[in-house]
Amino acid sequence: MIRWLARAIGLGLLATPALAAEPIEIGIGYLHYAVIKSTLSLVEQPAENDGFAGARLAIEDNNTTGKFLGQHFSLDERRFKDGDDVAKAAAALANHDSFIIADLPANELLKAADALRGHGTVLLNAGAIDDRLREEDCRANVIHVAPTRSMLADGLAQYLVWKQWKRWLLVVGSHAKDKLYADALRRAATRFGAKIVQERTFEDTGGARRTDSGVTLIQRQMPMLSQQAPAYDVLIAADESEVFASYLPYRTWDPRPIAGSAGLVPTSWDAAQDQWGAVQLQNRFIKLNARHMTALDMQAWTAARMIGEAASRTNSSDARRLFDFIKEPAFSLAAFKGQPLTLRDWNLQLRQPILLADGRMIVSVSPQEGFLHQVSELDTLGVDRPETKCKLH
Amino acid sequence: MWRDRLLPGLAAWLVAATPAQAYVVYVSNEKGNTVSVIDTDKWTVTDTIKVGQRPRGIEFTRDGKFVMVAVGDDDTIDMIDTATKKVVDTLPSGPDPELFTQDAAGKILYVANENDNTVTVIDLEKRVRLGDIQVGVEPEGMTVSPDGKILINTSETTNMAHFIDTATRQVVANVLVDSRPRFAKFKSDGSELWVSSEIGGTVSVIDPTKHVVTGKIEFSIPGLRREAIQPVGIDITKDGKTGFVALGPANRIAIVDATTHTVTKYLLVGQRVWHMAFTPDEKYLLTTNGVSNDVSVIDVAAQKVVKTIQVGELPWGIAMSPR
Repeated sequence: MIRWLARAIGLGLLATPALAAEPIEIGIGYLHYAVIKSTLSLVEQPAENDGFAGARLAIEDNNTTGKFLGQHFSLDERRFKDGDDVAKAAAALANHDSFIIADLPANELLKAADALRGHGTVLLNAGAIDDRLREEDCRANVIHVAPTRSMLADGLAQYLVWKQWKRWLLVVGSHAKDKLYADALRRAATRFGAKIVQERTFEDTGGARRTDSGVTLIQRQMPMLSQQAPAYDVLIAADESEVFASYLPYRTWDPRPIAGSAGLVPTSWDAAQDQWGAVQLQNRFIKLNARHMTALDMQAWTAARMIGEAASRTNSSDARRLFDFIKEPAFSLAAFKGQPLTLRDWNLQLRQPILLADGRMIVSVSPQEGFLHQVSELDTLGVDRPETKCKLH
Repeated sequence: MWRDRLLPGLAAWLVAATPAQAYVVYVSNEKGNTVSVIDTDKWTVTDTIKVGQRPRGIEFTRDGKFVMVAVGDDDTIDMIDTATKKVVDTLPSGPDPELFTQDAAGKILYVANENDNTVTVIDLEKRVRLGDIQVGVEPEGMTVSPDGKILINTSETTNMAHFIDTATRQVVANVLVDSRPRFAKFKSDGSELWVSSEIGGTVSVIDPTKHVVTGKIEFSIPGLRREAIQPVGIDITKDGKTGFVALGPANRIAIVDATTHTVTKYLLVGQRVWHMAFTPDEKYLLTTNGVSNDVSVIDVAAQKVVKTIQVGELPWGIAMSPR
C-alpha cells in the first residue's frame, strides 16, 4: 500500500515523458515449479528454462520500447520445489514485484493467489490450463494467459467437424488430468456435433519412458489398444501425462489419423508458427535462447508483454493502474495470431486463437470459419459468459 | 496462331481507347519469389522477373533505371535493371529487410530491419552501408517527410512511430499508436502523418510538428467482424483531400475524406489487400491482393474497381514508374 502510494506520487512528479529522467522500474516476478515433466518424445523434452525463456524475451522487448518512454523492466525468478511453501515463495516475490508470472499446478496457483490476496500483487497464470481456475475456483487477482483445456478441445473439435471427421474414438489415460482433458473433449463433441463412438482407457502401469528395445513392444501394444473399434474417423488421445499418445501415430489397428495429445495437437504456440509476422518473434527467441519457442514460452512472453503494453499505454508503473487498464474492454495485445488478444472480463481469461500443430507444421488455426458468436468468435472456444461459474470479487 | 493475329489489333484498339500515358508497375510476389511487371496501357503482365526469397518492399530509384525489392529471407535488397528486367546487383541492407524508403534526391536509402530493431542507412550511389539507427521492436513502416528533414519508422511490437532527424540520424520523438503499426504516409504538404495499425484496426493521424495523435480513422463494415479489419497500406492524393486505406483480410479499400478523417466508401477488391500505388496522373489506383493473387485497378474519379489483373503468388508490394 505504502509502496503503491510512493510510486504513484513519484509518477505524478515524473508525468512528462522525459527521456533523460531516471527510468521507472517495473519488476516482474516469475514463479515456477522446479520439476520438469518427462515426455515420450526425446525431441519434445522441455528445456530447463521452458517458459522463463519466453518471459526473458518479453522483458527485452518491453525494455526496447521502455527506453523511449523512460521505463525499465526486470525479471525476478524463483523456483519452487516439492516441500517448499508456495505461499511463502509468492510472498517473497511480492515484496519486490507487483506482477508475478506463475507456472504452477492448479492447487499451488490457488495457494499463491490466496496468500497474495489484499496484497495488491497480481498473478498471471502462464502454465495451468485447468478450467476450474477460471470457473468455480476463479480469483480476482489472477489473469489467465494460458488457454484452458476446453479452449484447446474446442479448437481441435471445430477443425475436425469442419473436416467432417465427426466420429471419434476416444482413448483416455488413467491420470486425473487425462480425465479432465477427456471431459473437455466430450463437451466439445457435444457442442460442435461430433460423436464419440467409443471410449477406451489406457491404464498407466508405470515403467520407463525410454528403453533400448521399446519400439518392438509398442508396435504390438498399440494395434491391440485400437482394434475392434466401431467405425471411426479419427482417434483422439487424452494423455496429458505423456504415457501413450505419442506411440499411437502409424500404429493403430485401422489406418486413422490421431489427434489430441499426439498427431494433430491443439496448442497456444508452436515453433512452426510463421504466419502474421511470427517469424520475427521466432527468430528473436532463437537468437536469445538457442532453441525453439514452446507454447509455455509463448504464454510467459504474452504475460510479460501484457504488463509492458499496459505500462506503455498508461505511461505508468502503478500496479493497480496497470491491472485496471488490462481489465478495460479497450485493452488488447498483438501476439502474432492474426487478431488482437483481449481479456474475458467475467473470469480474466485471455481470448486467443488456438493453433493446430502436427509437430512440423501449423495445420490450421481455430476458431474455424462459420463458427459464429455475437461478441467475439474467440468466445466459441472454451466456457462462455452465460455458462460461467466464476464470481470475481 | 489466332492469338498472334488478334492480339496486336486488340492492343492497338486499347491504346486508341485510352490516350493516357502508359506507366510501368512492378509488383512483388511474396510467395512466388518473382516480380510481375504490368503495363498500364494494356493492363496486362508483360514480364515476370525472378528475384530472391520473399520479396516484399519495392520501389523505383528516382531516375527510374532500377527497381529495388527487399528480399527478406535472403537478407538483402535486389536491384532490378528496368531496361533488361534482370536482377543486376544487391544492396547491403542488414538482416530481413521488409520496407524501405529513399530521400528526395534518391541518394540515401533507409531500410527497416525487422530482426535487429534497427533502421539501416545505405548510400545508394556507392551501395554501401552508412550506419544503423536503433528503433523499437520489429521496425516496419518507413517514410520521409516531404521536406526531407524527418524520417519516420514504425515499430510493430513497440507500437510507435519514431521520428528520426535525417541530418543527425537521432530519434527526436516517439508517438504511441495502436497495435502493430505497419505503414506510414505523409500528406504531400507535410501537414499530417498517417500511420496504419493492423491489429489495432485504426489509422492514427499525427501532427508531425507537435508529435501528437490528433485523430483516428475508424472503420466499420456491416456484417464483418471487427478483427477482420486490419489496415495496412495507405495512399493520399496530392491535393491532400482523399485517402485510401487497404484493410487486409477485410478485402476492401476504404476511401477516406482526408479533411474530416471519416470513411466515405468501401471498395471491394481482392482478398487480403496489402499495398497500393497511384498512376502518376492519379487517374488510377492499383492494389495488391495477397490471397487472390491479383491486382485491382481502381478508377479514382469514379471510385470503382474497373479491372483485375492476375499476377504471381501472394502479391505484396507495388511500385509505379516515376514517368
